[in-house]
Amino acid sequence: MFSTAMLGVAVGLTVPLVTRAIIDGPVTRHEIDLLLPLALLALGLSISEVLLVWARRWAQSRAVSDLEAALRNDLYIRLQALPMEFHSRWQSGQLLSRVTADLSTIRRFMGFGLLFLVINVLQLVVVTILLLRLYWPLGIVVLVAAAPIIVVSLKFEKKYLAISRRVQDQQGDLATRIEESAVGFRVIKAFGRREHVKQQFNGGAVKLYDTSVDKVRLASRFWTFLEVIPNLTLVIVLLLGALAVGREAITLGTLVAFITLMLSLIWPVESLGTILAMAQEAMTSADRISEILDTESTITDGPDELVNPRGHLRFEHVSFRFSPDSADVLRDINLDLPPGTTLALVGATGSGKTTLTSLVPRLYDVTGGRITIDGHDVRDLTLKSLRTAVASAFDDPTLFSMSARENITLGRPDASEADVQQALEIAQATFANDLPWGLDTRVGEQGMSLSGGQRQRLALARAVLARPAVLVLDDTLSALDVHTEALVEEALRNVLAATTGIVVAHRASTVMLADQVALLENGTITHVGTHAELLATVPAYRTLLAAEEEEVHA
Amino acid sequence: MTTTQQTPPQSSTDQPAAQQDSWRGYAEEGNDELSRATTVRLKEQSRKLLGELLRPYHKLIWLLVVIVVVENAARLAVPYLVHLGIDKGIPPILAGEGSKTLLTVVAAVFASALIQAAARWLFLMRSGRLGQTILLGLRRRVFDHFQRLSPSFHDKYTSGRVISRLTSDVDVIDEMLETGFDGLVTALLTLIGTSVLLLTLDVKLGLLALLSFPALFLLTAWFRRRSAIVYRRTREAVVLVIVHFVESMTGIRAVQAFRREPRNEEIFWGVNDKYREANLESFRINAIFMPSIKGVGNITIVAILAYGGWQAYHGHVTVGVLTAFLLYLRQFFEPLQDISQFYNTFLSASAALEKLSGVLNEKPDVAEPVQPAQPTKARGHLQLRNVQFSYVDGVAVLPGLELDVPAGQTLALVGTTGAGKTTIAKLVARFYDPTGGHVMLDGIDLRKLTEDDLRERVVMVTQENFLFTGTVADNIRFGKPDATMDEIVEAAKVIGAHDFIMALPDGYETPVAKRGSRLSAGQRQLVAFARAFLADPAVLILDEATSSLDIPSERLIQRALRTILDDRTAIVIAHRLSTVETADRVIVLEHGRIIEDGTPADLITTGGNYAGLHQAWEDSLA
Repeated sequence: MFSTAMLGVAVGLTVPLVTRAIIDGPVTRHEIDLLLPLALLALGLSISEVLLVWARRWAQSRAVSDLEAALRNDLYIRLQALPMEFHSRWQSGQLLSRVTADLSTIRRFMGFGLLFLVINVLQLVVVTILLLRLYWPLGIVVLVAAAPIIVVSLKFEKKYLAISRRVQDQQGDLATRIEESAVGFRVIKAFGRREHVKQQFNGGAVKLYDTSVDKVRLASRFWTFLEVIPNLTLVIVLLLGALAVGREAITLGTLVAFITLMLSLIWPVESLGTILAMAQEAMTSADRISEILDTESTITDGPDELVNPRGHLRFEHVSFRFSPDSADVLRDINLDLPPGTTLALVGATGSGKTTLTSLVPRLYDVTGGRITIDGHDVRDLTLKSLRTAVASAFDDPTLFSMSARENITLGRPDASEADVQQALEIAQATFANDLPWGLDTRVGEQGMSLSGGQRQRLALARAVLARPAVLVLDDTLSALDVHTEALVEEALRNVLAATTGIVVAHRASTVMLADQVALLENGTITHVGTHAELLATVPAYRTLLAAEEEEVHA
Repeated sequence: MTTTQQTPPQSSTDQPAAQQDSWRGYAEEGNDELSRATTVRLKEQSRKLLGELLRPYHKLIWLLVVIVVVENAARLAVPYLVHLGIDKGIPPILAGEGSKTLLTVVAAVFASALIQAAARWLFLMRSGRLGQTILLGLRRRVFDHFQRLSPSFHDKYTSGRVISRLTSDVDVIDEMLETGFDGLVTALLTLIGTSVLLLTLDVKLGLLALLSFPALFLLTAWFRRRSAIVYRRTREAVVLVIVHFVESMTGIRAVQAFRREPRNEEIFWGVNDKYREANLESFRINAIFMPSIKGVGNITIVAILAYGGWQAYHGHVTVGVLTAFLLYLRQFFEPLQDISQFYNTFLSASAALEKLSGVLNEKPDVAEPVQPAQPTKARGHLQLRNVQFSYVDGVAVLPGLELDVPAGQTLALVGTTGAGKTTIAKLVARFYDPTGGHVMLDGIDLRKLTEDDLRERVVMVTQENFLFTGTVADNIRFGKPDATMDEIVEAAKVIGAHDFIMALPDGYETPVAKRGSRLSAGQRQLVAFARAFLADPAVLILDEATSSLDIPSERLIQRALRTILDDRTAIVIAHRLSTVETADRVIVLEHGRIIEDGTPADLITTGGNYAGLHQAWEDSLA
């Protein structure tokens, strides 16, 4: 690629030399016989220059687009493997900008920038040497003129980068405002706070405007400078060159060639600033990308396979904290769930129920103690076999912009139609069959919009269909009306009879699904027993789950 | 309830996705696929929008035109002056007649260089600032318009689209203004200026140079056509990449818990590869276009060189003219190559402008009154007179509802999903207007109230307890922007949120979104309640507002509710009967009709639907 590029530059540069030969030979010295061969030579050179440029671009296009796609793929694979702990720190927008904007920056630099950087520098050097050889006093003039350009370019670039970064940051702030105004639209509407939100937005927009105008001001000065220097150099070259011709120090042809060559430098010089800025940006982008690629996944496969899991789940002195310097969220959790039993987990808002359930499929790893399934520490199992054995339905059901079927069969892609229907039946989600394209209807943000209850039921069907040895239901029924909830609970009873279950419950009716109830208080299990036992003996449990009746009628 | 009815395709041939894309499922593409007529209309709209955006600055724009013409004139003068320098300046020197002519010419070059620089600087500055001003105006306008549009529009349009209109689309226009505009103008002016100058310098050589025009025209036409196609492909491909990526990352918990990674990788590789192919194609079009332009340029230059050399040999043209020609031709072809670099920017900017003009042409379904009523002090007397409503034509959600809620009453709505509870709430909050009948507050039809008057009187709290970036206090203050800190604390105390807020690291000044101080769903809901309480409306609507609370928090809220709802009208929708039982009056809805109406105690004793629900609920509490 580089060889074709250099060849291209070389060929391009010889054309002005042929021009000189034509002016000095056929025109000035009347050697008309030379005109045709020289013209043909020029033609041949021009065409080969074009072919070389084409060949270079053609070869480059595949290399660059392949590189970009491969990098994007690597990033995606790496990100999917990184644990929840990573994802809770990074906003998806931040990750997206790496996969789109940063990779495009790198693509553009590799596609145009890098090569032009080399070509331009090369052209500058070669042309300057040529100019010096054509007529050295004029060559020196050009050389002297180049110095301020380089100095100013470097200085400009630093400033420009800083201001561009500021623009980007402010765009980010504005984007946050926009996002909130879109997502929180109904709240803004409900309170009639349009003016308030508008003012906040305007503030951000004006700030961005000011910075952008600063950027324009800086860029205008620089671009003008880049144009004025070559023109001023031309003035001097024309003056000294014409005088030199007058003194017959050089021929007319040389002067023409000199001016043509010198003007061929304008574009490389002008674009040098842009290209250097591009190089900087590409460098930053590469840094941002390697931030992710260099992050080691802390949750990785263990050595053991879990074969035919029975689902004996044990928590042994489990503790957990989100980061080493924060306090324990869970401490000294001990639970024993023999195969087939169901445990209801009850606790106040924020007591750590969801965190506790996330530890089983290793969405997070325990920071103390251990969790075992059939006697294996979950960390000793391959993630595949662990997560096949454990399926969860979350309180906040995630549906992807895919067909309903793809969403349901997430945990078991090979499920038969009958299995799918059965799961839909259990979750009271047969409405999915009545969507416009049945189960092939796209749901999620980019497809059909479903109500919260419908989404929850699909997510439940997904978890049930996976036929796990351990089923985790994290307040899965909160958005259902009483009637539907009763039906779902009825059906779930059969499912839970066959698997080990953890059910996070806020209501007595859900607790009834379980054999035992564990009360989670301040990050640890304080009581375990049946619903009736706890209701009778534990005041804290009563507060959480007892009927509000007496209060209502009080 | 939010499910929008969509018509299934007539036959399987209508199904848009190819086999390997079966995972995506089918959906109506809605705004993505456009008919020809719509395209034409969109083009017109976006031209109109562009006109509107530029109109206030027409004087400045004319000034910019003058500046850019001066700049280009000065730029184009340079080769001509070089020709004069060589043809008129050198002979006198050779003849020993001094260098006066040469010095004059050099001074002229110097002057034009300065003029060019000054004009260029002015142009870049002024046009850059103008671009930013227009952009600021556009941002504000679109933002404000989105906020004016009705919830029904937002339901359909989705927040994702709103965000991308205001971010990526506006950014693309910004990029166009920054990079493309200057290049386009310069290329155009150079094209015209050069042609004229070449013909003036020497007609024969000029005509020879102009022979390259048809070739250039064909090439550019080809490039534009191909680029437009590939551009569309690229956009389509990148959207798929983005959607899949964002969903994988936001849903990473489900992805990992269900071992979705391998299948996701397959899918991602598929969409990524399509994007790669589209990129490759776009590179290749450039790989053909740019060298071809260069080729035409080179051949023209060689032809001029050969023919010009021949003419010069015969003394028909001078060396200076020949040099000027060569310089002009170089200036002429270089900007043309640049066009390919910003053509995509140009395409995306015009596409973005089309989308933005489409949004700006949306009218709010719920319009501000032309002659607003002057309401007296709000009491909160609600009347629904023969109210009809349907989301989809022909499918009535409310077939004709009569309901009178006296001021101060707390009314609970009960019924199965789809019975019309939320619809009533949305009509009272005027998120929608009824398709028939009247919703009236204190005797005034809601359609006659200004937005400000209405929102001051009616506030709705939903399950969507959205908190904005900022502190807890900021979020409560949202209910009443001029509230003092004491009022905020007071509101939080009444709701029962004070204790947990004080337990946060910085109390009321704790940022709600920052890591480590994240609030639980229940806590967020308490903040949302405090916000509503602070707003102090005459009518408060609670749509499933308590369902994400655990029982202790709900109990807390319920205690507070008695205070809050005491002196105002309230409509409460709740799945939990514990909340319903606090109401003065319950109505049971079925298919948009009232089937039971009375106090909770009455309904239990009469033994209807409600009594059944109540019994089931009591049993569940056992």
